[in-house]
Amino acid sequence: MDVFGSFALILAFICAVYAFGGGIAAILTRHPLLVKSTRQAGIATCCLIFLATFSLEYLFFSDNFSVAYVVAHSNRALSTFYKIAALWAGQEGSLLFWSFLLSIYVFSVLIAYRNKNGELMPYVGVILAGVQIFFLTLNNFVASPFKALAVPGANGAMDLVARADGNGLTPLLQYPEMVIHPPNLYSGYTGFTIPFAFALAALLARYPGEKWIHLTRKWTMIAWCFQTAGILLGAHWAYAVLGWGGYWGWDPVENASLLPWLTGTAFLHSVMMQEKRGMMKVWNVWLVFSTFILCILGTFLTRSGVVSSVHAFAQSSIGSWFVGFLAVIFTVCLVAYLKNRDYLKSENQLDAFVSRESSFLFNNLILLVSCIAVLSGTLFPVLSEWLSGSKISVGAPFFNKVNIPIGLLLLFLTGVGPLLAWRKTSVESLKRNFAWPLIIGVVGGSIIFALGYREFYSLICFSLCIFVAATILMEFYRGAKVIRTRSDASFLTSAIELTMRNTRRYGGYIVHMGMVLVFIGLAGAAFNQNVQKEMPPGSSMQIGKYTLVMQNFDTKPEANYTGYRLIVEVLVGGKPLMMLYPEKRVFDTNGETGTMVAIYSTLREDLYVVYAGQSPDTKLPVIHAYLNPLVKWIWFGGVIVVFGTLVALMPNRRAVLVLSAAKQPAAEPLARGLAPSATYRERHD
Amino acid sequence: MKKQAKFGIGIGVIVISLASLAWLGYGESKTYYHTIAELQTLHGADRSHRIRVGGTVAPGSIHRMTGRVDFVLEGEGKSLSVSYVGNDPLPDTFVDKAQALVEGRPAADGRFVAEVVQAKCASKYEAAPGGTATSSTETQKSNM
Repeated sequence: MDVFGSFALILAFICAVYAFGGGIAAILTRHPLLVKSTRQAGIATCCLIFLATFSLEYLFFSDNFSVAYVVAHSNRALSTFYKIAALWAGQEGSLLFWSFLLSIYVFSVLIAYRNKNGELMPYVGVILAGVQIFFLTLNNFVASPFKALAVPGANGAMDLVARADGNGLTPLLQYPEMVIHPPNLYSGYTGFTIPFAFALAALLARYPGEKWIHLTRKWTMIAWCFQTAGILLGAHWAYAVLGWGGYWGWDPVENASLLPWLTGTAFLHSVMMQEKRGMMKVWNVWLVFSTFILCILGTFLTRSGVVSSVHAFAQSSIGSWFVGFLAVIFTVCLVAYLKNRDYLKSENQLDAFVSRESSFLFNNLILLVSCIAVLSGTLFPVLSEWLSGSKISVGAPFFNKVNIPIGLLLLFLTGVGPLLAWRKTSVESLKRNFAWPLIIGVVGGSIIFALGYREFYSLICFSLCIFVAATILMEFYRGAKVIRTRSDASFLTSAIELTMRNTRRYGGYIVHMGMVLVFIGLAGAAFNQNVQKEMPPGSSMQIGKYTLVMQNFDTKPEANYTGYRLIVEVLVGGKPLMMLYPEKRVFDTNGETGTMVAIYSTLREDLYVVYAGQSPDTKLPVIHAYLNPLVKWIWFGGVIVVFGTLVALMPNRRAVLVLSAAKQPAAEPLARGLAPSATYRERHD
Repeated sequence: MKKQAKFGIGIGVIVISLASLAWLGYGESKTYYHTIAELQTLHGADRSHRIRVGGTVAPGSIHRMTGRVDFVLEGEGKSLSVSYVGNDPLPDTFVDKAQALVEGRPAADGRFVAEVVQAKCASKYEAAPGGTATSSTETQKSNM
């Protein structure tokens, strides 16, 4: 299977080269057969990458320890579930996984648009093939996952060998979220290739702006949705596995995943300016370019080890390949822009300071400043070494100082922006839309202040969350009320109907509501507490309202590891609440250890208990307990964001006028001159 | 006021405010990277900065005491005695021969007092370009 996989990858590379070269020829000659054959070569490339990926998975499932990558990341006792995750546990497999996910997108695009957008698709095909060629070069010639295991022989040559068992999967990856977090994040990274390909293709082909924007909208949203889910799953993994009580540490790899999310979010908003007003065309094209470049940069940071990270992925020579690829992408984008910039002229100008356009402009400005701050902070060691010769890094205070106010400004715009009118918003409209939410926000903030939660940023954040939630709920209320008066349906049914009639708008509101919940969770971090204590059996510790009583400890041998578990009883007000079992795992194959945090999670707070090891003097177990308020709101908010994005991706239900007999106020139809029994009712597709 | 001026002022206020905050954050958190060899040549004010040093944990050097963990970092033929005094438990990957990054300040007695320790597991660490792997991955190089 290793030979089969290698062969499939080589063939995929050849097909991609044909799709690229033949595609350029097809653009120049417009020969229909050439267009068709290059498209088919693109599809064949994807199918061959699928085969190569499945063959690597087969090598894991069949415990083939003659392949170096399988030996390094798996062992016989590893469960089937984690053998799937072993695919992306190392550099070679991760890069193949990148190619695999990209191929799913490329395959879908080539099939979906095979008979559409004839002027644009040859360009799109060439650009996608170009990206695939880069990753297939890495898969084939730089970091092949199918290398046979070999050791130096007596005569100095390498001898092929097979091992009885593998090294096993690193314990940090043996956690359910690690099976879903990387695929989500990588699907986000790879997904942004599609809007990039369409944007660049449209620029090269001078294709009408509103058309490519319309074509790429759903692909951008899909990629954004995966990126959002990936980031939040990664944060949850860090929270539940690393045992430090937090979920975000401004680590370079975390930052790398945030960067394209920030520009992608900016694009999803500013694209509406182009659709509605024909504005910000240059800005949008460069936002898409930047998002893709940041995806590649993120993969480069993760894979190259150029910036020290707790994510011990790799430190390898692969970085120079990525630098070269980034240089090529940037050059192509710049040349395409300079050659065709007249095609991107704005059709309108900003009319007023208080308007929908203005809110989008500031939204984009803030997201871009955040992106620049995170990028410069992440690359600071590299930049400072170039500029001053001293390698300097910046830490959490730098990122927090900039990004907390940015987050609050964005939250404010989340509430205000959607309710401002295009072109100019009148004072009356401002009063009508914002008077009640403002009053509710101020009253809510005052109550929180009176309850004693007075940390500045958190108080502002809670008040803004209440304000934004009120604006969103009022929008649903107003719309649903109109439907309800016509249909007699319940309020909930009317709100669902309202959403389904304009999924993009109301799906967007749901996404905003999800972000409000995420912000509530983030604001809770200001009130975190933690306690660490040696705990002989029978002893207790207090954190918040919880009393932790150390009952005992035990040893639990499992197939792949031995668990050393503490048995901790949790009491509230002297009454037993539950048992928690924080654990240390020692893995059999490599002696590595893993921490399993015990969490009691409620909407109010998380009780987070870590077995921190044994005291070196007394050999007694040490418990580190954290009380983290409102963390659950972050995960719940994330689910709502994903749900809202899925709603926004759905097609609108069309309201169709149907004449039917229905109950009707007696006087009204006659007064308006309509037939007595006729009224408007809506039917759904 | 002209609308362009309004936008200009709005954008200016936001950018200048955030840049000022970034500068404050930079001052609070800047940390200088040094190798173990460089650290031993630093003098005066350079030793008072917050410093980050990387190296390999010397086998058998980890001594855990109440409120403190002592160990030795090795790199480029030099060694550095480190005392970790932070509150957080050390990562599970912090073991003999692990690649570790420590953050803190040198003490007067020559020890390095670390408040933060990050560790990469030796068995999963891959060779630097042109370098030698520190682990079992060494045996997996192939001429295939």
